[in-house]
Amino acid sequence: MGEDFLLIILTFDATIRVSVPLILAALAGLIVERSGVIDIGLEGKMLAAAFAAAAAAYATNSAWLGLGAGIVASVLLALLHGFACITHRGNQIVSGVAINILVSGLTVLLGISWFSLGGQTPPLTGDARFKSLTFPGAEAVRDIPVLGPIYSELLSGHNILVYLAFLTVPMVWWLVYRTRFGLRLRATGENPAAVDTAGISVIRMRYLALILCGILCGIAGSYFSTGHGAGFLREMTAGKGFIALAAMIFGKWRPVPVLFACLLFGFLDAIAIRLQGVELPLIGEMPVQFIQALPYILTVVLLAGFIGRAIAPKASGVPYVKEH
Amino acid sequence: MTVAGGATSSGTGHPAPAIQLRGINKRFSPVHANRDVNLVVPAGTIHGIVGENGAGKSTLMSILYGFYQADSGVIEVGGQVCPINSPEDALAAGIGMVHQHFMLVDVFSVLENILLGAEGGPLLAPGMAAARKEIARLEADYGLEVDPDALVGDLAVGLRQRVELLKALYRGANILILDEPTGVLTPQEADRLFEILRAMRDRGVTVILITHKLQEIMAITDNVSVMRAGQMVAHRETAQTTREELAELMVGRKVLLRVEKSVAAPGDALLRADGLSLIDAAKVTRLDGVSLDLRAGEIVGIAGVTGNGQSELLEVLSGILPPSRGRFTVHDRAIDQDHPCTPEEMRDLNLAHVPEDRQRMGMISAFAAWETAILGYHCDPAYTGPILLKTNAIIDDTDGKMARFDVRPADPQLTSDSFSGGNQQKLVLAREIERQPDILLVGQPTRGVDIGAIEFIHQQLIDMRDAGCAVLLVSVELEEILSLSDRILVMFEGRIVGEVAAADADARIIGLMMANAHEKAETEGAAAHG
Repeated sequence: MGEDFLLIILTFDATIRVSVPLILAALAGLIVERSGVIDIGLEGKMLAAAFAAAAAAYATNSAWLGLGAGIVASVLLALLHGFACITHRGNQIVSGVAINILVSGLTVLLGISWFSLGGQTPPLTGDARFKSLTFPGAEAVRDIPVLGPIYSELLSGHNILVYLAFLTVPMVWWLVYRTRFGLRLRATGENPAAVDTAGISVIRMRYLALILCGILCGIAGSYFSTGHGAGFLREMTAGKGFIALAAMIFGKWRPVPVLFACLLFGFLDAIAIRLQGVELPLIGEMPVQFIQALPYILTVVLLAGFIGRAIAPKASGVPYVKEH
Repeated sequence: MTVAGGATSSGTGHPAPAIQLRGINKRFSPVHANRDVNLVVPAGTIHGIVGENGAGKSTLMSILYGFYQADSGVIEVGGQVCPINSPEDALAAGIGMVHQHFMLVDVFSVLENILLGAEGGPLLAPGMAAARKEIARLEADYGLEVDPDALVGDLAVGLRQRVELLKALYRGANILILDEPTGVLTPQEADRLFEILRAMRDRGVTVILITHKLQEIMAITDNVSVMRAGQMVAHRETAQTTREELAELMVGRKVLLRVEKSVAAPGDALLRADGLSLIDAAKVTRLDGVSLDLRAGEIVGIAGVTGNGQSELLEVLSGILPPSRGRFTVHDRAIDQDHPCTPEEMRDLNLAHVPEDRQRMGMISAFAAWETAILGYHCDPAYTGPILLKTNAIIDDTDGKMARFDVRPADPQLTSDSFSGGNQQKLVLAREIERQPDILLVGQPTRGVDIGAIEFIHQQLIDMRDAGCAVLLVSVELEEILSLSDRILVMFEGRIVGEVAAADADARIIGLMMANAHEKAETEGAAAHG
């Protein structure tokens, strides 16, 4: 029993680790879509942040400065998206896709020109990475059955960004449902004309939402290269920005359901890693490719049939123009 | 010039007017929407602004509310010059506005909607508690009952309008602008609204009422200003004027308000519906056992508040949707769910349809007028060869239609959306009527159409009837139904709840039927007559 239990704990532990960027990015998407802007560029913002964080952390040997650089890069891209589709009422999907493509190329280009490592940054060590925090007494309780491993493996031993990501969920919930900003944010995504006539600037609300989105994506991206990994690899976000969008829809634009959607997708990812090379009864060894595709297949299945009607904020994706 | 303190200061002598506009100009590139407009609204009065669509009423009010900025001109509130550059400025100056299309968030509660923009602090909870008390007070003062926790999307239109009124009052508005407030209301709801507006006036609130319905102006306003083509053409005391004078001022020429028509001589029933029901994709019953006969040479009017199944009835009868239950016959062709009939086949049966929403179903905005003029009949050999359209023939044909129906400007090459609402409607009517149908279905023939064109369109419908056509007229304008129809059916929640012959039609009784409250009313009515 001990072995199996530990295996389960370790799978959950991995789930938490891979869910972190999903949670942050999905909440980022939630905030902007609640304001009526579709942001398909979550992926690009995370990738840019991952690169900026790794490069800055390598140059300064500080993970915190890396995080700052990641956030700045991501917020700048968010503002670019805003400039294109709020100020100039451009197509939000096109702008998002453009940002994704731009970042995908630019990170590799800058990586090669600065570090000459084929698009990667040099491996980060020491203070250039966020270290795991060990909770007090984690070692001492490790051998207590059930609760011991839960405390020392599952709860303890993550870096600070992991805890921050989980804290972000109640914070976003509180912001969206309990504050003036949240009321205005939700109204902007549903009926911007009502917001405008109430004397509130729709453009300002949408830019604020995009800045928040940029900050969250910046943290998520920094986590890839300075928390979860140790350095930047080309395309290291690997479509997580799109999975986060799926989780946001799956969670119907509500923070707590979005958290669970992210954990589910993270769990599928974690299982996929575990199952590689494992002999299953009857089936035999599963092909690696199939296991890797599993989260995406399930994403499609879940989105196609299992969530019921997902109603997006009504004004989502529609540039605001005063009617004449 | 005296400078008064507040907008409602009613001190000695002449209190400053609540609103004074001087020399307001506004251009939207080609259109001079407001031209040197002057307006004085005395404090504590109900002031009507009338004008045709496109006369510039809404633009003027949007400028006063800070939604647009005037190119030039001065706004004075309570005697003081008050630059209004945003709705925020207007709200600060005590000006509130109820827009024609409600500015409400459907997924929010009434309370949240009222709070939006006046939250009273960065956190919601304290503001909500305070707002509940204040709303209770306003409800009691003005008779504006509404449940603060109800979801706005679930409320009836009349109640949503109350939420808008509460929103303005909650922000402390003492000048209230209402843009076409009764367009979506039953006559009874409109009466209720007027009571509320009078209560507001009695408490010192100044009300500006924008409308194109002259009977409302006569019923409730103290003063009235008339706009035409962007200019203010007249100011009158309501008691000193008449509907006829106002209509003439609006249009710039004499207008017949009542349609002249002879008694109908109905022939055979050309269209018979028997128990038509329609259940939509969301399993909502839109039509519920509708039966009716439509005879040659009569106009049957369908009265009802928007959204009670009239649109669906038109869509079923025109072949756009098959009925879920029941059947109807057009001439000898029987149509039910298993034997649907496409709109194209309907046209072959000599049934024509002028849709309610011409922008969405009657025309294609980006198409040239000559293209719009043949939509649906584009396969007619007169218009098309085996492959190519006979463009020249179509353009000639459209020229003729435009001349006969007085479509202005008479240029078939202009895109459909460059015509005014009335001219678009005349073009669509020309397309359908000139096929000389036996059965004509017409939805909202004069929605967004100016008075001059209304007169023309009404005459066309009467002419069709006199030529032996069976006309089904759906309209939310009760006056239109009353003046055109030979028989009136009233719809409520997908059912026909009453039938009245035109001769004994009474707007009040029909209004009650529209709210499905007529049984009580009939007894009252009988008592009143007896």
